[in-house]
Amino acid sequence: MAEHPEAPRTSPRLSATFTPEVMSEIRRAAATGIYDIRGAGAKRSLPHFDDLLFLGASISRYPLEGYRERCGTEVVLGTRFAAKPIHLKTPVTIAGMSFGSLSANAKEALGRGATLAGTSTTTGDGGMTPEERGHSKTLVYQYLPSRYGMNPDDLRKADAIEVVIGQGAKPGGGGMLLGQKITERVAGMRCLPPGIDQRSACRHPDWTGPDDLAIKIEELREITDWQKPIYVKVGASRPYYDTALAAKAGADVVVLDGMQGGTAATQDVFIEHVGIPTLAAIRPAVQALQDLGLHRAVQLVVSGGIRSGADVAKVLALGADAVAIGTAALIALGDNDPRWQSEYEALGTTAGAYDDWHEGKDPAGITTQDPVLAARLDPELAGRRLANFLAVMTLEAQTIARACGKSHLHNLEPEDLAALTIEAAAMAGVPLAGTGWIPGKTGL
Amino acid sequence: MPTFDLRLAPLRALNGALHALAPETDQTHWTVLNPDGRHAIACGLDAPVSVEIEGNAGYYCAGMNKRASILVAGNAGVGVAENMMSGFVRVRGDASQSAGATAHGGTLVIDGNAGARCGISMKGVDILVKGSVGHMSAFMAQAGTLTVLGDAGEALGDSLYEARLYVRGRVTSLGADCVEKEMRDVHRAELHARLQAAGLAGEVDPGEFRRFGSARTLYHFHVDNAGAY
Repeated sequence: MAEHPEAPRTSPRLSATFTPEVMSEIRRAAATGIYDIRGAGAKRSLPHFDDLLFLGASISRYPLEGYRERCGTEVVLGTRFAAKPIHLKTPVTIAGMSFGSLSANAKEALGRGATLAGTSTTTGDGGMTPEERGHSKTLVYQYLPSRYGMNPDDLRKADAIEVVIGQGAKPGGGGMLLGQKITERVAGMRCLPPGIDQRSACRHPDWTGPDDLAIKIEELREITDWQKPIYVKVGASRPYYDTALAAKAGADVVVLDGMQGGTAATQDVFIEHVGIPTLAAIRPAVQALQDLGLHRAVQLVVSGGIRSGADVAKVLALGADAVAIGTAALIALGDNDPRWQSEYEALGTTAGAYDDWHEGKDPAGITTQDPVLAARLDPELAGRRLANFLAVMTLEAQTIARACGKSHLHNLEPEDLAALTIEAAAMAGVPLAGTGWIPGKTGL
Repeated sequence: MPTFDLRLAPLRALNGALHALAPETDQTHWTVLNPDGRHAIACGLDAPVSVEIEGNAGYYCAGMNKRASILVAGNAGVGVAENMMSGFVRVRGDASQSAGATAHGGTLVIDGNAGARCGISMKGVDILVKGSVGHMSAFMAQAGTLTVLGDAGEALGDSLYEARLYVRGRVTSLGADCVEKEMRDVHRAELHARLQAAGLAGEVDPGEFRRFGSARTLYHFHVDNAGAY
């Protein structure tokens, strides 16, 4: 440098491997000795529905008139064995989220919004609250490994039962609800001492493999007199086999949750490194049902990072019957709203990035049990926002379906899609745009 | 008093009939013949009736029971009385694994032995096993009592919450956060009541038992305890 004092200096160069986020996590781990726990789903960039496009109608196909010709959206779930299948006006349902991880007002808002939109909402780990049942016309009751709050009365009050094997944020893992959120009421519902850090089991306590699952499903059907549809929810990891085994075990509905699906709290390393993207999970699951001759007879509900009517339409085009939203529903209620920016900053984060849902300090009053914070969420207004969002998603999906010439959302098909990337083409099993190439299946 | 032969009629008919009983029913004593290991026998009952199952039952017999008194005259498969809320279930023979799993209330008495994970995640039930229990019994047990007149297998009470465990015989090993605790008068009285409920009052000395419970060191997740898991 001394020989060339005026020579330009090399620009500071950040590592693509050791990014600021990576280095920050190393420093945090070194300071604390404990892994990072957070809420929400995978935040890394993944092949997703944005990597797919619809091929609108042209000469070879003709579209439907946007404001005149009917495009159906209704869906029936649980037609295989249940005496009382569920009838929904829209294929967009609300995923399981617990009272405990969410405030009572947030659960009420989800019920109100779903009911206005003509769809279902779902309980979570910790049981069913009277408010939730009261405000949800159609309520799915989750049957989880912990069995917190599980009782036969609520089982019979439910409109459907969802046996949860896993979820996309943590397939193979249990949950944790930190003591800050274990209030007297939450603890009472879960038969736990207030204030402790509650662990949720990762396996069911009274069955192990798929043959046992079939017996468990038979028991649940016997207890509910074969009235209720029984869903089986799996986190996306081996979707072909898990879907096939769930169907073989007698499920009416398979719920498939990709790695972008949210959680109330788990290890960041789990969220980001276990499971596969939602986009990659759908076709194998549909293939499994087709191979068994059960496609459409066993309905497939897909969740994990679904944000818009375009996503809904793409999921249905790939062969699913319905979708479930969790994180998007919370955002519609008011989660991560910039109106609380100063409070997010006080928590060391920013609106849009807040994911310490387990700490119970949510400025929006949604992922908290703090009565002062929870009171910030008006369940009626928040429910209205959710209903609006669900209506927009449904309208968007209809818009796309009509453009593809479909008179029902379920008539969308893989042939309506093209992929923007080779990865998405391979995962979704649709051609790379402008080609006839499906990697692994067809030539160029 | 109705008698139901499972070789002559399907399980659905039995459970459907038991579920349909009116509150004022006089059909309060049912006998089930030839169970032949069928699963889900007499599950989901919610009536003050008694059901005697004359043979071996399969998985989830008396599952989610409320108020009913159910007797299995033979052996019971996996998850007998799972998630029971109230009532009384007795197994004359042995019970397979996960007996009384997640049960919230009522009393489960097993005259023989119980397999692994007896009382797993129990939430208030009182379980009494006259024989021995297998490994990982009372795993993550939250509330209620597990009384074992025989021995307990490996890792008894692992990750225990507030359930209380009484064992008369040998304990192979204790699970994480499970410790032996002092047997005080209140516990002797509780144990006496449990023995009485099983028809053993005066036959078994509560003084022969040891008590085990949670050390409560894992109630709050802390890195210093990571090695315990």
